[in-house]
Amino acid sequence: MPIEKFTTLISTCVPLPIENVDTDQIIPARFLKATTREGFGENLFRDWRYDKSGRPKDDFVLNANRYSGKILVTGKNFGSGSSREHAAWAIKDYGFSVVVSSFFADIFRNNSLNNGLLTVQVSETFLARLFEMTEADPSLKVKVDLENQKISVLPGGPEEGFEINPYKKNCLLNGYDDIDYLLSISDRIAEFEKSMK
Amino acid sequence: MNNKTIFDKIWDRHVVQTVPGGPDVLYIDRHFIHEVTSPQAFAGLKKRGAGVFHPEKTIATADHNIPTVNQHLTIHEELSRIQVEKLKTNCRDYNIELYGLNHPYNGIVHVIGPEMGITQPGMTIVCGDSHTSTHGAFGSIAFGIGTSEVEMVLASQCLMQAKPKTMRINIDGELQKGVTSKDIILYIISQISTGGATGYFVEYAGKAIRNLSMEARMTICNMSIEMGARGGLISPDQVTFEYIRGREYAPSGERWEEQVEFWKTLPSDDGAEFDRELFFSAADIEPMITYGTNPGMGTGISGKIPLMEEVDNASRNSFLKSLQYMDFSPGDIMTGKKVDYVFMGSCTNGRIEDLRNFASFVKGKKKAEDVTVWIVPGSKQVEKQAEEEGIRQILELAGFEMRQPGCSACLAMNEDKIPEGKYAVSTSNRNFEGRQGPGSRTMLASPLTAAAAAITGRVTDPRTFL
Ligand code: SF4
Repeated sequence: MPIEKFTTLISTCVPLPIENVDTDQIIPARFLKATTREGFGENLFRDWRYDKSGRPKDDFVLNANRYSGKILVTGKNFGSGSSREHAAWAIKDYGFSVVVSSFFADIFRNNSLNNGLLTVQVSETFLARLFEMTEADPSLKVKVDLENQKISVLPGGPEEGFEINPYKKNCLLNGYDDIDYLLSISDRIAEFEKSMK
Repeated sequence: MNNKTIFDKIWDRHVVQTVPGGPDVLYIDRHFIHEVTSPQAFAGLKKRGAGVFHPEKTIATADHNIPTVNQHLTIHEELSRIQVEKLKTNCRDYNIELYGLNHPYNGIVHVIGPEMGITQPGMTIVCGDSHTSTHGAFGSIAFGIGTSEVEMVLASQCLMQAKPKTMRINIDGELQKGVTSKDIILYIISQISTGGATGYFVEYAGKAIRNLSMEARMTICNMSIEMGARGGLISPDQVTFEYIRGREYAPSGERWEEQVEFWKTLPSDDGAEFDRELFFSAADIEPMITYGTNPGMGTGISGKIPLMEEVDNASRNSFLKSLQYMDFSPGDIMTGKKVDYVFMGSCTNGRIEDLRNFASFVKGKKKAEDVTVWIVPGSKQVEKQAEEEGIRQILELAGFEMRQPGCSACLAMNEDKIPEGKYAVSTSNRNFEGRQGPGSRTMLASPLTAAAAAITGRVTDPRTFL
């Protein structure tokens, strides 16, 4: 099944300057009971976003009218903890296409890329600047250019390159997924199995 | 060339091919699945019209969602029931062995693999669950994956993975009395932080590790993910072989001899190079307790919560937010803090040795009146063994009861939830906000420290009783 293609995105940002955001915060376990991939966005950051009675908490950034956009900017070590892919599904389903941080947990990054959600790892300095500038001006536009592996604040603001595995980059640019690839080499896999015995 | 790490030896044997400029196609020997992270993978397969490539290499269990009382009745909660039933139909449709609810081999996925002898040295093992690292205790490459990856393994028995870097963590010397493997791992994480091993696969080595039982080694490898590591492993030795010998899925006869010979070639060679190497001394480790909302926020039990000025400038906001959630203050002493709940169980500390430790500690003592204690064995077999060894009886005499196996309050997907604002000392692996129920406050510790809290109703150094 192809994933959504990603080339270039220009959008405003939603800042979440918290470190070590674990996947239990992104989507609490009690919302993992669905058997489909859809609808998790509703409960994204559930316990930070809503109080016990389900009322939105004013002080949480997703409830702040000031901020909107398709880029989530977060503190370092984002996505640690549980391997639940539901975390990536929830972020995507909510409407984000890119997550920017200075550091991502491994499984979360894999899960995101497998779902066409781009993780952009930037330096601490760039991240701090981005938080500052977005908070000062929520209408600030940021451009994420996958082809050239560059993130830049528009117009003419700071910019930085980012790393991505060339294979994964190609998958995202073209909307390929790993399973198609693996299925296409099944003969090779069968051969390998014979050699292992 | 005789200088490979155990990690490289296993990984390299399993590379089917390397994608130009990209990840390795890694062959997977064993695949475990459970009810929560597999339904979307099966749905994906179906949509593609693909089958399961090797159904006999996947083993299923229901653990995350299931109740820990009255397991013979239908599951109350509708969504949980649907997930467990979905697993059943998927396993039936695709011919996958299922150790479901009420099966004598049912239990937490990372407990049953080893206890049935499915987990063996030299294997690649994955599961849609981050604590798959547990299986690394046998000298295997075991790691957690996401649901898309579960689908990949079902479809092709392979995964696309970039090879991680390697790290060796050495724990030398001898542990003090009352200090257990749980304390070793909580100590390491408190030293290097929850992101300290991200991008690495860790090997644990050193005398203190060699001296540990298989159960204790599993506890350490289990929590590798809590410092961000892709996984953690321990080179196999005689302790490993003795544990596996005679188990249901273990090789036997000539095959056994052959396998042991092979397993003996696995340990890291002298002079093998690691991308990073750390050294700790076992003698420095105390019983540990966490005070914050990630597993790296831990201290020796006689210690204090750090003061603001001891915390990195950039991390102060997150630190304060965390303490606010716990309703603790910088500089607080941990011993003596009130405990409302004790959770004894999970894939970290729900094995028979853990129950033995807990039981031997509380034997002849009485449960504190105002503490609720949940003792949850990791599997049906652990439950049975606890029965046979008289552990249940010891627990009951001290005022405790044992529940039925499952993940339970470790992630509180079933009814076992710590109520809002309450404090729990837990032998599980995560103290994230709301992990054990919305608003719950978790302090992670070893079974001995949990037992001490269950007896006193306070955070208590277990050594005061030894
Ligand atoms: S016991 Fe806890 S950590 Fe282990 S598999 Fe179950 S939910 Fe995950």
